[in-house]
Parts: sequence; C-alpha cells; structure tokens
Amino acid sequence: MDFIITLVNGLSLGGVYAMIALGYTMVYGIAKLLNFAHGDVIMVSGYAILVFLSFDPILAIICATLFCMLLGIAMERVAYRPLRGASPLAVLITAIGVSYLLQSLAQIIFGAADRYVIVADLGSITLGEVKIDVGTIITLGASLVIMMALSLFVKFTRTGRAMVAVSEDRDAARLMGININRIITITFAIGSALAALAGLFSLFRVPTIMPTYGAMPGIKAFVAAVIGGIGSIPGAMLGGILLGVVECICNSTPLAPYTIAIEFAILIVILLVKPTGILGKKRREKV
Amino acid sequence: MSDFVLETKNLGISFGGLKAVQDVNLKIKKNEIYGLIGPNGAGKTTVFNMLTGVYQPTTGTFFLNGEELKGNTQEKINHKGIARTFQNIRLFNNMTVVRNVMVGLHSAPEFKCTLLESLLRLPRHFRVEREMRERAKELLEIFGLLDERNHLAYNLPYGKQRRLEIARALATSPKLLLLDEPAAGMNPQETAELMDMIRFVRDHFDMTILLIEHDMSLVSGICDRLTVLNFGVTLAEGDVTTVLNNPDVVKAYLGD
Repeated sequence: MDFIITLVNGLSLGGVYAMIALGYTMVYGIAKLLNFAHGDVIMVSGYAILVFLSFDPILAIICATLFCMLLGIAMERVAYRPLRGASPLAVLITAIGVSYLLQSLAQIIFGAADRYVIVADLGSITLGEVKIDVGTIITLGASLVIMMALSLFVKFTRTGRAMVAVSEDRDAARLMGININRIITITFAIGSALAALAGLFSLFRVPTIMPTYGAMPGIKAFVAAVIGGIGSIPGAMLGGILLGVVECICNSTPLAPYTIAIEFAILIVILLVKPTGILGKKRREKV
Repeated sequence: MSDFVLETKNLGISFGGLKAVQDVNLKIKKNEIYGLIGPNGAGKTTVFNMLTGVYQPTTGTFFLNGEELKGNTQEKINHKGIARTFQNIRLFNNMTVVRNVMVGLHSAPEFKCTLLESLLRLPRHFRVEREMRERAKELLEIFGLLDERNHLAYNLPYGKQRRLEIARALATSPKLLLLDEPAAGMNPQETAELMDMIRFVRDHFDMTILLIEHDMSLVSGICDRLTVLNFGVTLAEGDVTTVLNNPDVVKAYLGD
C-alpha cells in the first residue's frame, strides 16, 4: 500500500516537473534558447499567489497565472528579442542574468526569509487503506488535463501548427509568411502560464516560498526536458513524470539522501546511451 | 501599376569587402518564365536571398508591381507576394504533407482566426481549419500528392518533395514565384515533367516565375528570357537563343 501512495505522489510530482519542463522544451524548440530564468517564474507565481491570496484563492490563482504570462512576454521582449541572431552564449548569459534579477527583486520586495502560503486547506481522502492528499490528486489530474490540452492545441490549431513549423525550420517558416515574433511571444506566454500553475501545485506539496524557490525545480525540470529530448513536447512530459516517480521512490527508501545524485546519474546514463534524449530526434545536418 | 512584376535596380550586396553581387537589373513581365543562370558561385541564390529579405541589399533596391519591398522582413515580403523554394529542399520534415501546405496557408486573409477563437473552440475555428484543409488538399491534388497527404514530408521521394515545396510556396498566394534549381537531382524524364508543371503553374495560377537552373535543356525549353550572372555581375541578358550563343556566356561556362 505504501508503494501505491509513493507512486501517486511520484506521478503528481512528475506532473509538476513535466509542466515546467514543457516551458523549457517549447521555448528551446521554437526560440532556440535556453531560458534559465524559467524556474524563477515558479517563484514569482508563488509570491503573486501570496499577494492576491488575501482577496480570494481562485482569484489569486488566476491573477498569478496572468501576471506570469505577462512576465514571460516582457522577459522575451526586453531581454531575448534584441539578442535574436546573437551568439547562443550571449543569450545563455542573459538568461542567467534575468534569473538573478528576478531572485534579487523578490528578495528586495519580500525579504529573504521563508514565507508561508497556504492556498487552501484541502485535507486528504482515504480509499481503503490508502490515504492521499487532495492536493496531490488535483495536481495529478490537472497536469494530465493541461498536458493533453497542450498537445491538442499544438496539433489542431493554426497557431500550434505554425509553432511546429517554426521549430522545424525558422527561416523557411518566415518565408512562408509566418510572423515568428508573434509565435515566440505566444510560446513564452504559454510556457510561463504552465510554470505559474506548477508554482501553485508546488505550494500544495510544500507551502513555503523564498526568493530561490524556483531554482531547484527549474533545474530538475530542465534535466527532465533533456532526458525526454529537448524540443520534444511528449519528451518533456515523459521526462518530467519519470523524474518525479524516481524521486518519490528514492525518497521512500534508505537511498533518500542520494535522491538528487541518482536523478542526475540517470541524466548522464541516458545521455551516454542516447545523446538526443529518449524522444529527441536526431537533427539532419543542413548543408 | 508598373509594367513589370519584378524590377530590380542596381541590386547588390557586399559581405565584408567582398562584392558578392553587383548591379543586378532584372525586369520581369507578368506571366514570364525568367531564368537566372550562371556558373557555381555566381551569386544566383544570393539574389534570391535579397529578394526574399533573408539578406538586406547593400546597394540598389527592388520593386514588386511597382511597390518597393527592400528593407522588409521575410514574412512581410511573403505577405506582399514573393514566395520561394530552396536549392536544398527545406520542408517541415516531421510534419505531414498536408500540414506543410497548411503552414503556407497560415497568413491567408480568408483563414484569419484569432488565437482566442481557437482556444475557445468557437465554430469559426473548426470552419477555418476545415476550409484550410480542403484548400490544401486541392493544391495537393493539382500536384499529384493527394494520396500521400498524411505521410511525413521527410518520407516522400525526392521528386515529390520538390513538388511539395512548390505547392507550399503557392499556398501563400504569391504574385512572383522564385524556384531555386527545381531540376537539381532529377533525371531527364523527371525534368521533362517538371517543365510541363512549371508551365502549368504559370497558366493555372496566373503566375510569374523567376528560376535559377543549371539544366540547360530546362532553361532553353521553358524560359522566355534569361539573365546570366558571373562572379556577381551581369554577363548577358535577353532572349534565350541570343544569350546562350553569346561568346562571353559560352566562355564563362566552358572556359577558354
């Protein structure tokens, strides 16, 4: 029975990782940049919920999501768009800079100390001998629904189709009349909205935030995206869920102190066996 | 309205100190099939890249139906009416054939549908998607690709990939179609079919076509007029027979 609880917890945590990883992988696939400030959007979401929580929990969630979408759009507009066509290293360093900027701003505004954010007291339910937090179930269900919706969006809308085209061949897409600035803006908005919701679900697990709150989930989601094959949407989902399940299983065994090491070891092994990640496609060299 | 669909005036570009292309003056009339030929490295594809906004010309300018297009982005130039294919085929490889064409239809005004309408799954979203798919299928039928519409573009044989590229370019409803070595890698049989197809495109779509080609049978078979580039400068221009018998052109191709 303990194993079932662990597994449900793992799937739920995996859902959170997957949602963050989707932001990484979509931005990488479409804008060809690694947005290392993506994890910090989770932190911003946490503080935004804290601010708006005094009004109403639902309102807080909506406001935090919208705020993070605007943040993502602004980030792209101010920091990344001027660097379009610049060397990837310049963009990477800028992304690290944006990450520190967000963390420092949070520290100035909210202080460095931990803040408690209880979104709602959801309690837990008991099924036979199994007792599971409602928050865990909501996280699992919501992340699955969101991932399915995103897959449908990419597959069945003209904007989604344009996103795939841009990720396949940016120049060819532009020459077919697709406005890539618009597509990249939409990508950042979607990625940030997913990160905002991931921030909310993280608060169900541990209701504490601090300015560096997004760093670790951000890195783990990045690892998940790379394991699944960066640029691949199903890959990010698979990598995220895999990592979440491994983490929860490790934490329930005497190996618990080594959980993070094991996660990174999995990354190394997968990259040795399949350098493009599990679902990553090998890129044909263009001549 | 200008007399010419495409007119370039002293179009040129330098990379660093190297003058890759200088003073290209093209005047292409409506419904013409115009050839741009020259030895390897003469700057033909560079001209295409300038005409589609991939490179910004350092000198001169160009007009489509009298409207100056220099300085516009690639997508803007496409919206204004120039579409192209590529020397090394650049399809969206991991998308299906029909979706490749639907990407070409993306900016068509009749298929406008806001993101919000799509997200809310309003009836308009479904109508637009259905109509886009129908239009794409019509184009695929014309190019004999209808049966392969659900294949990945990557898996099509070479000749069909070339045809799909033309179908995708036409989906953007251009006024001028640029074909970059459409016969590259084709056998004589396929080249003959391609020639028929290019003529068909001109007639059926009321199109004006500028093409780069090395295959002289294709050039002399379908082009109305030619410009020959050599080391980035215009060596000769005019009707096909005159140009191909020009001693300078023969020398550029065959050496002394």
